[in-house]
Amino acid sequence: MTGTEISAALATVGAPSLPDEDERVRRTEVAISLVLRIGVVVSLLVVVAGVIDGMVRSPAERTSATLGHSLISRGATFPHSFGSLFTGLGHGDPASIVAAGLLLLVLTPVLRVAVSILTFAYQRDAVFVVVTAFVLAVLIASFFLGTAGG
Amino acid sequence: MSLLAFSLVLFAICLLAGLLGSLLGLGGGIIVVPALTLLFHVDIRLAIGASIISVIATSSGAAAAYVRERITNLRVGMFLEIGTTLGAVTGAYVAGLVSGRVLYIIFAAVLGYSALRMFAGRTQGEGHHDVPPDALADRLRLHSSYYDPAEAREISYRVTRTPVGLGLMYVAGMMSGLLGIGSGALKVPAMDLAMRLPMKVSTATSNFMIGVTAAASAGVYFLRGDVNPYIAAPVAAGVLVGATVGSRLLPKLHSQAIRAIFVAVLLFIAVDMFVKGLA
Repeated sequence: MTGTEISAALATVGAPSLPDEDERVRRTEVAISLVLRIGVVVSLLVVVAGVIDGMVRSPAERTSATLGHSLISRGATFPHSFGSLFTGLGHGDPASIVAAGLLLLVLTPVLRVAVSILTFAYQRDAVFVVVTAFVLAVLIASFFLGTAGG
Repeated sequence: MSLLAFSLVLFAICLLAGLLGSLLGLGGGIIVVPALTLLFHVDIRLAIGASIISVIATSSGAAAAYVRERITNLRVGMFLEIGTTLGAVTGAYVAGLVSGRVLYIIFAAVLGYSALRMFAGRTQGEGHHDVPPDALADRLRLHSSYYDPAEAREISYRVTRTPVGLGLMYVAGMMSGLLGIGSGALKVPAMDLAMRLPMKVSTATSNFMIGVTAAASAGVYFLRGDVNPYIAAPVAAGVLVGATVGSRLLPKLHSQAIRAIFVAVLLFIAVDMFVKGLA
């Protein structure tokens, strides 16, 4: 065993993971994933805040007998466009706060894909930059293409 | 029923669904949608809209673990997401065009298939030998290796039939967008059987892909008014907590007898959904 092999082996013992390209990428990915996990928690906190706000603000309406039917049937009385969402948020409407929290949640995987483009660009992997950019384009387009039926 | 009571009961039911889903290795969505429609009589489109949000919450919450395990093949996952995201958008559109009854019937079929497949068990093979060559997999550098703790060695594998895998992923994505589920039961065989990835790699990569797939249809559901905040909020929170607790505290169910009971229950639910579709 040569000296370099021994020092390489010692380095592997010291660090549980190999310091190669793959491992660097993987560490970056783990870091991104942890950030996204925080994103999940934050968006759920926004959701919970909105739900509590809704209960505190209009308890009488919320406990009415008609509530059950209005909740389980379609026919939106809650925001379902970016316009109505922002208007609702401006008025501090609880349903809008909940919907905004849910949209933040939906954005976590979108953000993950966006950051992956940078990771592949850093590796100078042009093919995967294009692949990932395409996935991101589909995700973004899905929010603007329209609804088909209703 | 007051909003508070409704939210709490919904949260509790979805917590159980998330727990059961992670125990069985199925997603929460495939249990949440029947729970909402059959127990609460929620319109199936609202149930699907809430479920798709819960799928994203669970996936994003667990993604770090899948990457850390060093089993997930990130390149395969990202490439196949071309298929799943396009499929998911298609599925979300189709869901807006077909009637609720059609959704019940398709859901019943996918639920029945997933339950049976789960019972068939999973072979933990260490990879396939002599896979046919695939120029696309070479070009994309999809071949990889992973460390298997059971065998205490690095197992390398080669990927094949990438175009077939991509096509199957389009179908898996479509089912995800149509039914509001993660559709891991369709993604795993596409990688395991068609592309010849080792079973462990297929499962981990599928779990990694589920959130991105679901995000591609969530926008369509939101704009269509099928994401009711007061249903989606307790559902997402419940499934997330249930799945997290399930994956941390409880070992996977390996007892064939217990699995058989759950499969029977899921098949019963599938029949129930099917009948509701015919009614």
